[in-house]
Amino acid sequence: MKLNLKIWRQNGPQDKGEMKTYPIDGVDGDMSFLEMMDMLNNQLVESGESPVAFDHDCREGICGMCSLYINGEAHGPDRGVTTCQLHMRKFNDGDTIYIEPWRAKAFPVIKDLVVDRSSFDRIMNSGGFVSVNTSGNTVDANSIPIPKDDADKAFEAATCIGCGACVASCKNASAMLFVSAKVSQLSLLPQGKVEAKERVLNMVQTMDDEGFGNCTNTGACEVECPKGISLENIARMNREYLKGALTK
Amino acid sequence: MSVLDSKIPEGPIDRKWSDYKNKIRLVNPANKRNIDVIVVGTGLAGGSAAASLAELGYNVKAFCFQDSPRRAHSIAAQGGINAAKNYQGDGDSVFRLFYDTVKGGDYRSREANVHRLAEVSASIIDQCVAQGVPFARDYGGLLDNRSFGGVLVSRTFYAKGQTGQQLLLGAYSAMSRQIGKGKIRMYTRHEMQELVVVDGKARGIIARNSVNGELERHSAHAVVIASGGYGNVFFLSTNAMGSNVSANWKIHKKGAQFANPCFTQIHPTCIPVSGENQSKLTLMSESLRNDGRIWVPKNIEDVEAIKQGTKKPTDLTEDERDYYLERRYPSFGNLVPRDVASRAAKERCDAGYGVNATGEAVYLDFAAAIERYGKEQAHVQHVESPTAEDIYKLGKGVVEGKYGNLFQMYYKITDDNPYETPMKIYPAVHYTMGGVWVDYNLMSTIPGCYVAGEANFSDHGANRLGASALMQGLADGYFVLPYTIGDYLADDIRTGAIPTDTTEFDEAENAVRSHLERLIDVQGTKSVDYFHKRLGKVMWNNVGMARNEKDLNSAILEIQNIRNEFYSNVRIPGKIDELNPELEKAGRVADFLELGELMAIDALSRNESCGGHFREESQTPEGEAQRKDDEYGYVASWEYSGNPSEPKLHKEDLVFENIKLVQRSYK
Repeated sequence: MKLNLKIWRQNGPQDKGEMKTYPIDGVDGDMSFLEMMDMLNNQLVESGESPVAFDHDCREGICGMCSLYINGEAHGPDRGVTTCQLHMRKFNDGDTIYIEPWRAKAFPVIKDLVVDRSSFDRIMNSGGFVSVNTSGNTVDANSIPIPKDDADKAFEAATCIGCGACVASCKNASAMLFVSAKVSQLSLLPQGKVEAKERVLNMVQTMDDEGFGNCTNTGACEVECPKGISLENIARMNREYLKGALTK
Repeated sequence: MSVLDSKIPEGPIDRKWSDYKNKIRLVNPANKRNIDVIVVGTGLAGGSAAASLAELGYNVKAFCFQDSPRRAHSIAAQGGINAAKNYQGDGDSVFRLFYDTVKGGDYRSREANVHRLAEVSASIIDQCVAQGVPFARDYGGLLDNRSFGGVLVSRTFYAKGQTGQQLLLGAYSAMSRQIGKGKIRMYTRHEMQELVVVDGKARGIIARNSVNGELERHSAHAVVIASGGYGNVFFLSTNAMGSNVSANWKIHKKGAQFANPCFTQIHPTCIPVSGENQSKLTLMSESLRNDGRIWVPKNIEDVEAIKQGTKKPTDLTEDERDYYLERRYPSFGNLVPRDVASRAAKERCDAGYGVNATGEAVYLDFAAAIERYGKEQAHVQHVESPTAEDIYKLGKGVVEGKYGNLFQMYYKITDDNPYETPMKIYPAVHYTMGGVWVDYNLMSTIPGCYVAGEANFSDHGANRLGASALMQGLADGYFVLPYTIGDYLADDIRTGAIPTDTTEFDEAENAVRSHLERLIDVQGTKSVDYFHKRLGKVMWNNVGMARNEKDLNSAILEIQNIRNEFYSNVRIPGKIDELNPELEKAGRVADFLELGELMAIDALSRNESCGGHFREESQTPEGEAQRKDDEYGYVASWEYSGNPSEPKLHKEDLVFENIKLVQRSYK
């Protein structure tokens, strides 16, 4: 198929940036979106133009590195997938496709479609862990039975890949879904309960300091999340936060 | 020929590690604060090593090329992690895990290392649970297990099809805690370009900051390389796009020997190649072979009918199907080790029974499992005289619970619904058992330069068993390296910080700069991918699942040609001092173009079949891998001579005191 790509080009963090048009031919439905981008880049390189910079790595939807805003949706029109798993069969011959970076104050653009998501890491550094040393001298893994239901819920929250689609989709650029997924995982498990209060207060504080917006319950994040992380997690985090703030 | 000293401790196998640990030198906590350690790579091995070293008190600098340490490719591991917990009471033990791993590796690994791995395996599970890793549990709240290829017990712990993700996020959280405390300084979007050796010891690295292209000098008292495997030398593999051999290759060129480079694991269950523009292959976890049955049609007419679309696989009756693994290997059936399953698929497809347009696919079928689970559930839920539809629905629910994310992934990629029609799968490059040679302490032949995880060669021999990569990565990082490195660093308590304004750092930085300039100055006509794809084709056709003398010799010449062309006709746009993904790729491909040749040379020199290395000249009458223990019972360790085409071979003889070598059989 033939496509008309409109891609955000920005040479550096200080550059103003603009949308540029690139026609492309010979795209087939079995190609992934990023393979289509590879094809474009190889053509650009061989014709002496500068290729489009974009983040990607595992290309199987789990590393969370790819991050394109396609036709106004994080990771494009398909549901439950990242951009690397989006296939061109979701588009039609002759389509115009708009490709932009994540846009959020806390995710500054580095170049073209590449943004800086280190704010997510800094939130994790402030409390996204259980304070246990890796000595191996812990109790036997089966000494604390955990109800299957709790373990399953914790697992579902823990499947967050930290891609930032929730922030990109939110009109307030809020990171509540991301932060609440980690808070939920650890507060559902006995191992994480010991420091639950401190964790939620510290992580929320860092989230605010990094310049993420507030949550106004529009639910866009849940719809666009490639891993189906549920809004319930935000509700759980709000309860944990309230508990922590009142009893501190 | 110099003798490789593996430094295996004396004593009986089950006492070696504990006795050695009791005697190893320790560094006191106050002195640890004056010692710096660099860790390159933040996957399971690197991430767990960085966290543990920081907890012990060392100053750690960790590097990864991704934008966050959480993205390392360990995250994509699906099926599970082995541990000798014997929670199922099915006869498992440390010895049995040790035995299975040595046998699975076709007797080309070091007994002492593998036994240590089996010993620490149980602690890994305890550790991860304490960190909040949400492993699968049964209704009693205890941990669940499943079975993997090449073993007869259930010792694999898992978190749906995302075990690697959960374990890596555990290691990442341990790292995050230390980053928050300032004990780890994390350098993301940084790629190691060179090792700096001072007075014969590894004392630092040159790294390129990919955001602004600056070359940075980082010094330390020891350097740990945990940069993963080199499967991307085949261009198409299940590795992440950025996975590369460069850190390993740079230390190889500085004196670290590279062991068994030709030992490559071709995983039997991957989604088949669909077209020329494909950039990577996707694995379907080995855990699927617990419930999926592998088959091709018995009659060649049915193959043709399926290819032409006049028949569907579901139209074929049971006796029109050839469940070839169950037929050839009745005792292990669909759960034979990966090398055996891959070769069996190739054998059927080479004979013309492949079921897709390219003739390179076999079926992985869940219909029988859905029916079996459906009947079980109907019984449990007291559904009286269930219809076929009831059974399908109930069974589908169970299969979805176990493998839901894998089925969804398959559906998204192929547009076929695997609940209704069998999956199509074919072998693909997945893991590399070879790697930098290390001694028992995980130290390479460069003093102070350690190598952990997939990047080293030590534990899996010629074939890795499923769910053992995660085990080895975390064992190395959490429980082995943090101890053994102390023995070396005990000599450095008075050294003080290593300065970076020295000739050694000047020279290393200049070498990196001139290499990058050389690449960018070619200004030819072809993209980096063009050369990478050509290299990949040569590797897959000549150094892939089956190898012979003639093809290997021609591969060596072809790789040399591609390398020469690369340096005269590659086109890299942009500059060195800016974000330049094409330049990053070019640096990695330049190293693959040298490694590929070494792999072919190694495969040529090993004229036996073992594990994943199958020389057509050396097979049993049934077509199984034929080892030659008398001639090749060694580790082939290669020294860089200054010319990639003339590596120098060293041998470490493998001594088996606890396991009797036999022809591996899974019949």
